[in-house]
Amino acid sequence: MTTENASEVPVRKISTGIATFDVIAKGGLPEHRTTLVSGTAGSGKTVFATQFLAAGIGEGANGVFVTFEESADDIRTNMRSFGWDLSKWEREGKLAFVDASPDPNTEVVESGPFDLGALLARVEHAVKKVNAKRVSVDSLGAVFSQFSDQSIVRRELFRISSALKAMGVTAMMTAERIADYGPVARLGVEEFIADNVIILRNVLDEENRRRTIEILKFRGTDHQKGEFPFTIVPHGGIVVIPLSAIELRQKSSDVRISSGNAELDEMCGGGFFRDSVILVSGATGTGKTLTVTQFLQGGADKGERCLLLAFEESREQLFRNARGWGSDFEQMERDGLLKVICNYPDLHGLEDWLLTIQRMITEFKPQRVALDSLSALERSGTSKAFREFVIGLTSFIKHEEITGLFTSTTPSLMGGSSITEAHISTLTDSIILLRYVEMFGEMKRGLTVLKMRGSEHDKRIREFNIDGTGMHLGRPFRNVTGILAGAPVHVSPAELERAWSGYESRADAHTPRDTATIDESQRIERRRP
Amino acid sequence: MGAIFAFPVPDTPFPARMNDPSADTYLLKLYVTGTSPRTRQAIENLQRICEQELRGRYKLEIIDVLEQPQAAEDDRILATPTLIKQLPLPLRRVIGDLSDKEKVLFGLEVRPVRNPDDNPRDR
Repeated sequence: MTTENASEVPVRKISTGIATFDVIAKGGLPEHRTTLVSGTAGSGKTVFATQFLAAGIGEGANGVFVTFEESADDIRTNMRSFGWDLSKWEREGKLAFVDASPDPNTEVVESGPFDLGALLARVEHAVKKVNAKRVSVDSLGAVFSQFSDQSIVRRELFRISSALKAMGVTAMMTAERIADYGPVARLGVEEFIADNVIILRNVLDEENRRRTIEILKFRGTDHQKGEFPFTIVPHGGIVVIPLSAIELRQKSSDVRISSGNAELDEMCGGGFFRDSVILVSGATGTGKTLTVTQFLQGGADKGERCLLLAFEESREQLFRNARGWGSDFEQMERDGLLKVICNYPDLHGLEDWLLTIQRMITEFKPQRVALDSLSALERSGTSKAFREFVIGLTSFIKHEEITGLFTSTTPSLMGGSSITEAHISTLTDSIILLRYVEMFGEMKRGLTVLKMRGSEHDKRIREFNIDGTGMHLGRPFRNVTGILAGAPVHVSPAELERAWSGYESRADAHTPRDTATIDESQRIERRRP
Repeated sequence: MGAIFAFPVPDTPFPARMNDPSADTYLLKLYVTGTSPRTRQAIENLQRICEQELRGRYKLEIIDVLEQPQAAEDDRILATPTLIKQLPLPLRRVIGDLSDKEKVLFGLEVRPVRNPDDNPRDR
């Protein structure tokens, strides 16, 4: 509850029924005022208008629905799929319709000046009948199309909106826009009759439909700015995905958990942090799915519940691979410690995936979540939508105080980074790189901990092998430079000594290993940007 | 059968049709808001038109939406004044203060009994 004008009574806000919208609206819609919801056809205006009333009825504030466009019967039918039984509320006296939709069977002739006194009388009557606190009007454009004299309609709408204010109800009016970006509305009244303006958009962006909601104006009260993605789900209606809305109040845990591999734990300075998100990046076949499998096994060994979201491999493949590394996923599932979700990433939009994953986490309550891989999901939306997805998911995981491990596939076999990483590396707490290293006609695998937020870690690039019991970290790569750049070059110890002679005085005593011996590989590592 | 009645029947005398209430009685409803000048105007205009064109074969009901909002709801009235021709079918609506007589007659599907030019009282 914020107000810009301290001398006035603070504007109270009431819930829209969309919890996440209430967050960006900093409480909801301003009470006793009229809010205009403007959007193109199919942007979700009627759903929003109904959800607003449904939320009110849920907390004992009755509502009136004034429809100018669809008939009341159509709305009753259409809204049933969202779980809102309007007919029941009508029978219970919680909701009243004012059906002002055009009757196709009746011809109307205009003869002389008129007013919309009957409409106003009906609205007032309906508000009184159910003692309504909320009124939705859907949509203003349709009332204009019913009459030829637009100036009369304009004047009458002013009258109705001031009457609504006098009745003390909180009103939501919807209006059609022609384009998703352009004038707020086209009728020339909307901005004047409403204190607040909300824009719904449904934009086609790189072949993907992207819905966003924006609060353009809240007169005399605060709100978050910018467009927020939303989706419309059955049995729920509009769900906004707030990004900046998620407060960065995540508690930072210093509890360490095992990665499932003792040597990797050691490299990370004792394991992953409980509420952190780790990104594992590597080319195909470098061991990403193995890292995931170990991570899940490590959880199951401690009796923690694990959720695996797999977008690249089938369930059978995953289970077979896990067996090959000594993990029995089937047993873990039977013990209730593992839940594996395999799906095609293109099945839903990213907004829907985010909600689906959040719901699964809420239901299964895992302590560990692994997602294999982010790169597969990246293709199901625009880069902006993808970034929002990752922000939404990492925030949610941290909020739940669980550990998340995401994988990302690099496009080239040797070195390089994927677009995925560029987008999300700043959002994750730790980054583990898995790389191929070509040495003397042999492909070796290398692992390094690139980043470990809030902790010391081993900065060397270490070779590892994979066998029937999983991953085994070996010696660091010595005398090799350019591994991460994808062009390993072998360097003789004498050359290294020369290259580093000028840096002997640098302060490099902040890894435990540095204090013991300073070898060439550490120096190479430090030169990495 | 239907085709026969679609044509005017020339040998039926005009007064006979007037006396047949089932065929010719106009059932009219006029919705108004309160007793505004526009309300009075609409009632006066309508009564004059009815007396001229439908004398003896119409029934008029005047409904104030402020007193009977539910009736307005049931008939789905938005504008006032609204004139509804309930009978004979089809249902027709005329909105406005009914100052344009031709449009009212057109809306009610009433052909003028006499040509207005023949009668100076119509002006």
